[in-house]
Amino acid sequence: MNYSLLAPEMLIALTGLLLLISGLILAGRGQRLVGIISVVLLVAVLLLVVVRFSESAVFFNGVYQVDTFANFFKALFLIAAVLVMLSAGKYTQRFEQKQSEFYALMVFATLGMMVMAAAGDLITIYIGLELMTVSFYILTAYLLNDEASSEAGLKYLILGAISSAILLFGMSLLFALSGTTVISEIAGQVSRQPALIAGIILMIVGFGFKIAAVPFHMWAPDIYQGAPIPVTTYLAVGSKAAAFAALLRIFMIALPPGQFNWSLVLAILAAITIIVGNLIALNQTNVKRMLAYSSIAQAGYILAGLVAANAYGLKGVLFYAMLYVFCNTGAFAVATAVETDTGSTDRVAFNALGKRSPMLAAIMTVCLLSLAGIPPMAGFAGKFYLFSGAIQAGYLWLAFIGLLMSMISVYYYLLVAKAMYIGESDREDIIDIKLPARFALWVCLLATILIGVYPAPLSNLAQTAIQMFL
Amino acid sequence: MIGFTHYLILSTILFGIGMYGVISKRNAVAVLMSVEIMLNAVNINFIAINKFIRSETGIGQLFAIFVIVVAAAEVAVGLALIIAIYRQKKSVNLNDFNLLKW
Repeated sequence: MNYSLLAPEMLIALTGLLLLISGLILAGRGQRLVGIISVVLLVAVLLLVVVRFSESAVFFNGVYQVDTFANFFKALFLIAAVLVMLSAGKYTQRFEQKQSEFYALMVFATLGMMVMAAAGDLITIYIGLELMTVSFYILTAYLLNDEASSEAGLKYLILGAISSAILLFGMSLLFALSGTTVISEIAGQVSRQPALIAGIILMIVGFGFKIAAVPFHMWAPDIYQGAPIPVTTYLAVGSKAAAFAALLRIFMIALPPGQFNWSLVLAILAAITIIVGNLIALNQTNVKRMLAYSSIAQAGYILAGLVAANAYGLKGVLFYAMLYVFCNTGAFAVATAVETDTGSTDRVAFNALGKRSPMLAAIMTVCLLSLAGIPPMAGFAGKFYLFSGAIQAGYLWLAFIGLLMSMISVYYYLLVAKAMYIGESDREDIIDIKLPARFALWVCLLATILIGVYPAPLSNLAQTAIQMFL
Repeated sequence: MIGFTHYLILSTILFGIGMYGVISKRNAVAVLMSVEIMLNAVNINFIAINKFIRSETGIGQLFAIFVIVVAAAEVAVGLALIIAIYRQKKSVNLNDFNLLKW
């Protein structure tokens, strides 16, 4: 076994510990260094993952798998973490003396996600999942003096714990029927029987909580609104993608769709998620909350790709998860800048942003249009893959619902654009953005447009990553 | 003779009790305890499977130990959060936490 392939995970773990220690050494003004150290180290690990993208190995009798699928998601998490840390910038001053722990916890959450994406065993998935969510419980409640933040943290903890318990019960049933926890060995051991159906349903419920699919979505808007906004960004982008990675691996390898017919259940779940997420987003006045409901709807679109379970659909899942990182981080980064400036994320706070800071307004508009799926932004290409996959698999009605609700979603995304360009505000001063945040915003903008105009490279990458499922 | 089915029935009942507690209890600490009951129901499942189905390996027991360890970490964070929120509101009643609502 080539243990050097585990280097990214080990380095990330060491980075987290290093950040904890350096926070003790660099007290006071030195805290700013911690952010720089963490970004540099994460970029280094990202390069390592990209360079060794196509190498694969199975460790410890299948407990841990390094393959292109895992590497794709690892790169995704690292990109998201770096962008979030860069765009957090000024906002971290609210954490006062606790900045270094903030970065350390972000790094540990990233480690949890990476373990989830590469897990080849139910136990490993559970450990990765909990490492990620426990870090997020703390991060969500990080603004200790803010009542909404603590409340969000407690709510997330309770609902997260319930969902893990349900997921575990499902896993225990699967383990009882197959006698093994290694995902690749489960497939040959189980047959169709009532207990298996119960196990599958429980696992869908457990993962449904994590990806915030309706009807297991009630926690998402509250937590997204209450949490510090960089945490919200990472929660929306990273933890969702990690849950999808684990979901894909379990459902495509342990319970192959040809053998077990779970796709209709997921199709109904996806349809409800798309409809409810978009409809409730329509009458939200807080942009953070609107983005929360929109992210519920986006989870529904991605789920449609898993329902299809063919080359197009699965490619779409990975493709969409990646471009979602850029558009969502871009939109949230603008919201972060606005919140740091005005102290609020109500839609009124975005009024006249087009005059105050044309760059922020332009990036917000591009990212929102991409989320709505308007060509030539990246979102269009992603939805094209997802829905054509669904149509190929015979789920024409699901693709129709997806397209219809995408049309409706344009309305609430454009309400924000309307506030930014037509809205009146008594403030005329320019919003000051620091260089790192500016860089992150430009990366999000360029990636959103470039992937939309020229989707082939990312699409090919996603194609190689899903080869093992086909 | 007590067999595998009895253990499964016990764990399912415990899981249901835990779920009921989570939904009906208003005290945050009681809710955390109910979650603990749910996790322990899962542990019973794993140990029973290990004994009756795959006794030659220790995977079920291993899984149970991981669940116990993680649950301890989760409760530590949970109690810390409850203390933090108690300092602000002087209450641990979930009905008092109503800032965030749709």
